[in-house]
Amino acid sequence: MDNILSVLIFFPAVAGLLGFVVDKSSARVYGISVATVELLLAIWLWMSFDGTNAGMQFVELIPLVPDFGINYYVGVDGISLFIVIMAALMTLLGMIGMNIEKDVKNMIISLLFLEMTMIGVFVALDAIVFYLFWELSLVPMLYIIGAWGGPRRIYASIKFFLYTFTGSLIMLVGMLFIAYLYYSVSGVWSFSITDWYALVLPVNYQIWLFMAFFAGFAIKVPMFPFHTWLPYAHGQAPTIGSVILAAVLLKMGTYGFIRFSLPLFPDASVMMIPFMTVLAVIMIIYTAMVAYAQEDMKQVIAYSSVSHMGVIVLGTFAMNAEGISGSVFLMLSHGIVSGALFMLVGVIYDRRHTKEMSEFGGLAAVMPKYAVIFGIMLMASVGLPLTIGFVGEFLVLLGFYQVSPVATVLAGTTIIIGAMYMLRLFKRTFFGPITNEANRNLPDLNAREMTALVPLVIIVVWLGVYPKPVLAPIDTSVKALLNFMEEKAQTPEAKETIILSKQTKEAE
Amino acid sequence: MLEPINVSLASLNLVTLSPMLIAIAGGLIILIIDLFKDGLHKSLYVMMTILILFVDFGSVMGLNVNERGFFDVMLIDGVAIISQLLILAASILFIPLALTSKRFHEYSYPEFFALFLFMIAGFQFMVASDNLVLIFVGIETASLSLYTLIALHNRNNSYEAAVKYFTMGALAAGFFVMGSAIIYALTGSIELYQVADVLQDRINEPAVMGTILGGSIFLLAAFAFKLSLFPFHTWTPDVYEGASAPLAGYMSIVPKIAVFVVAMRIFGMYIDLGVEWVRILILILAVLTMTLSNMMALVQQDVKRMLAYSSISHAGFVMAALALDTTKGNTGIFLYYGLFMFTNLGAFAMLWISRHKNRIFHERYDHPYEKFAGLVKIMPMGAVVMGLFMLSLAGVPPFSIFWGKIYIMSAAVDAGYIWLAVVMGLNSAIAAFYYLKLIVYMFLYDPVENDNTVYYNASKPLMTIIGIAVAATVGSVFFMQPLISYIFYMVSASGY
Repeated sequence: MDNILSVLIFFPAVAGLLGFVVDKSSARVYGISVATVELLLAIWLWMSFDGTNAGMQFVELIPLVPDFGINYYVGVDGISLFIVIMAALMTLLGMIGMNIEKDVKNMIISLLFLEMTMIGVFVALDAIVFYLFWELSLVPMLYIIGAWGGPRRIYASIKFFLYTFTGSLIMLVGMLFIAYLYYSVSGVWSFSITDWYALVLPVNYQIWLFMAFFAGFAIKVPMFPFHTWLPYAHGQAPTIGSVILAAVLLKMGTYGFIRFSLPLFPDASVMMIPFMTVLAVIMIIYTAMVAYAQEDMKQVIAYSSVSHMGVIVLGTFAMNAEGISGSVFLMLSHGIVSGALFMLVGVIYDRRHTKEMSEFGGLAAVMPKYAVIFGIMLMASVGLPLTIGFVGEFLVLLGFYQVSPVATVLAGTTIIIGAMYMLRLFKRTFFGPITNEANRNLPDLNAREMTALVPLVIIVVWLGVYPKPVLAPIDTSVKALLNFMEEKAQTPEAKETIILSKQTKEAE
Repeated sequence: MLEPINVSLASLNLVTLSPMLIAIAGGLIILIIDLFKDGLHKSLYVMMTILILFVDFGSVMGLNVNERGFFDVMLIDGVAIISQLLILAASILFIPLALTSKRFHEYSYPEFFALFLFMIAGFQFMVASDNLVLIFVGIETASLSLYTLIALHNRNNSYEAAVKYFTMGALAAGFFVMGSAIIYALTGSIELYQVADVLQDRINEPAVMGTILGGSIFLLAAFAFKLSLFPFHTWTPDVYEGASAPLAGYMSIVPKIAVFVVAMRIFGMYIDLGVEWVRILILILAVLTMTLSNMMALVQQDVKRMLAYSSISHAGFVMAALALDTTKGNTGIFLYYGLFMFTNLGAFAMLWISRHKNRIFHERYDHPYEKFAGLVKIMPMGAVVMGLFMLSLAGVPPFSIFWGKIYIMSAAVDAGYIWLAVVMGLNSAIAAFYYLKLIVYMFLYDPVENDNTVYYNASKPLMTIIGIAVAATVGSVFFMQPLISYIFYMVSASGY
């Protein structure tokens, strides 16, 4: 099936539209079935994907506005493939784990539309199509936070929308400028990323354009100092909203850096390494410290998720195969682990309607299964060897060591501070005597919650022990990307930085 | 003994006049029908009007590009044709909104429809001429009819609105005449193509530039009144509030298209002549307009007033495209209004659906935000439709106005005005806030108690129009290619 990507994009959308007809009582089953089919399609995509081919596969191109160079142009490579699968997986598991009584049907429909936009963003190869899905993803998320969130949900949802919207409009100006440059060189309008790759831009243009795209991506990631919307969004969002937000939506920003910023502006990217490093290191250490100071379990996980996003950004700007592959892998592991952690917090919130750590203590005795799964996810989040979190984090730090040992050491503290706040969270909620009588008779995980969480545990261990099936295709595409960047780079410094990284890889 | 003047009928090329004549004749027919038989139902007049507009539309489609007629005062170029088509399409969409389920008495008068057709003829004259006197006659015909249409609405503040608009309009007309007089004094001609020739020769004379400045400031002020640009925009929210909702929507589109065409002819000429500060002046006005009206829209409590400020802001956005004076910029103007037409008319029609005879939600406003609280629970389809219009107005892809926005922003980038594109982008972000506010009210708040009559005024014709608007808003991506290529062809054929 050559047009499997279109099917992947539009199947959830069509299902969402048809979902309006489905009766309220059956909406949940409907949603889960649709998401299962979608996941199976995504796995089919993986099975028919050629892991040794570094280029775009399953490419489709349909002209939309040829006079203005806008095409419906999609394709997938090693970098985007697994993010697409993860988006489908997390939507499905999120739906299974979801425990919402109010307006289930609206929630299911919103999630299906959201799934369309998420997959669309990661497979789009036309800047306008990318932008279209990127912006469209805000609308269902706005609704999910705003309709099912906590007491300050409306403030949080509007803040989320406006932050991202503002950043991406600046990115849009950047896109229009590249299209114009392309037009002035070639005489044809085009918004295709692959056409733009061929464009060698003057270095000063690259810097400005890099900043324009940075505005869009950095807010989405969210990078320090633009991260302030995220704790609000997580704090107010319902469990499912946080799961999707942390697992998939944030990845759009880091994916954007890899898909747009690096290959389009190789020189500017190299020049920006110090700037990005400083921001990423601040983000890693500062938010980890803030996480330590939180009293609310969900906020701890929200800030820890920002902190880990910093590691992903750091890896992206290592400009070598370890760093970038590591950061793509870390996107997956971060998605799975933080998604699972948000689900776990949701589990306890469903039972007690509070997320304050001080309310709990000694839960391990009452809910042993819950404690075990929480423990595994927590270890993966910290980056313990043989869990999924270790692989990515290790590769990123290894890659970045070649760029700056000092920054690597600073970033490495994330593992220590991460262990501190996570273990503190674990100790205060799960160990010790049962301090609060209300916790004495809490039921352990039920079958529904186990169904949602156990697959994640399996993936965490499987990819922690044997990451190769995922890492190999990523690595192939990342190396092709680096080769391409090195050929395209104009300034000697940029060439040197990128070549250096290639040699170390080949020497191994 | 005076020489007899021979004019052959063929040289008049009367076909260039035919669209306006059809509209005027149609208006007269409606008056004559009323003369013979009283008390006919408004649906008759509505359908008559649609048919007349349809014939009018057909006759515009049949015109040849770049013809002159009637002693060369008529100019049928590509711009004249597209703008007439847009005006007629918007009018055809507008007029069925008269068929509400409740009776609002203005639509019971046949005079309403006659005036409406005269107004359209006036707009058509404005866009299809480069003779300053004929343009003025067009402006006044259209404006005087429009004042009356506003005053026909059955609210106290409709009179206020009409009088306010009339006073402001009279002032603007005065400015226009003064500006034209200066042009005449400078060049001895009121035909723009001759004016351009004379100015071309005299542009380097010392005193000429000062006179051009004086003249164009008068003209700019006149257009700024009509287009509701800052600082001449103050009448707009009051007038929109006083007018009935569909008429307000109509006023945010059709008069502006007509005035934009005239502005394009006059200021395009100046910019082509190399009078750079006209461009700077327009840019300043445009940027101030979009920014300040966005700020004002943020604090409105009434949806209709919010939409009034939002349409001011959109006009500022388009005005910036005018200053670029590139083919792409001018294409953008028509593209933007072509798309804005459906969405904005749809949004105002949604307000019209929820119109009550009495103000039951707020003593001052007809459409306070609270009225739409929890609309998704009362009327799910209505809330979704209104939400789509709001998202489109905010420029969220893939809805229609997004394409207009990127086209104009791209035109700005092409012309080297990247800062302008950034300002446009940031303004769209500010604007997103107040559109979102309505969405938040509709989807995230609970409905106000003791009310189940939000969709009070709905009827099949209204639903049809809204359905068309939704289809155009959502499916815009599929007709962008023909639309852009047609408009671009027409605009470049007329040399803009």
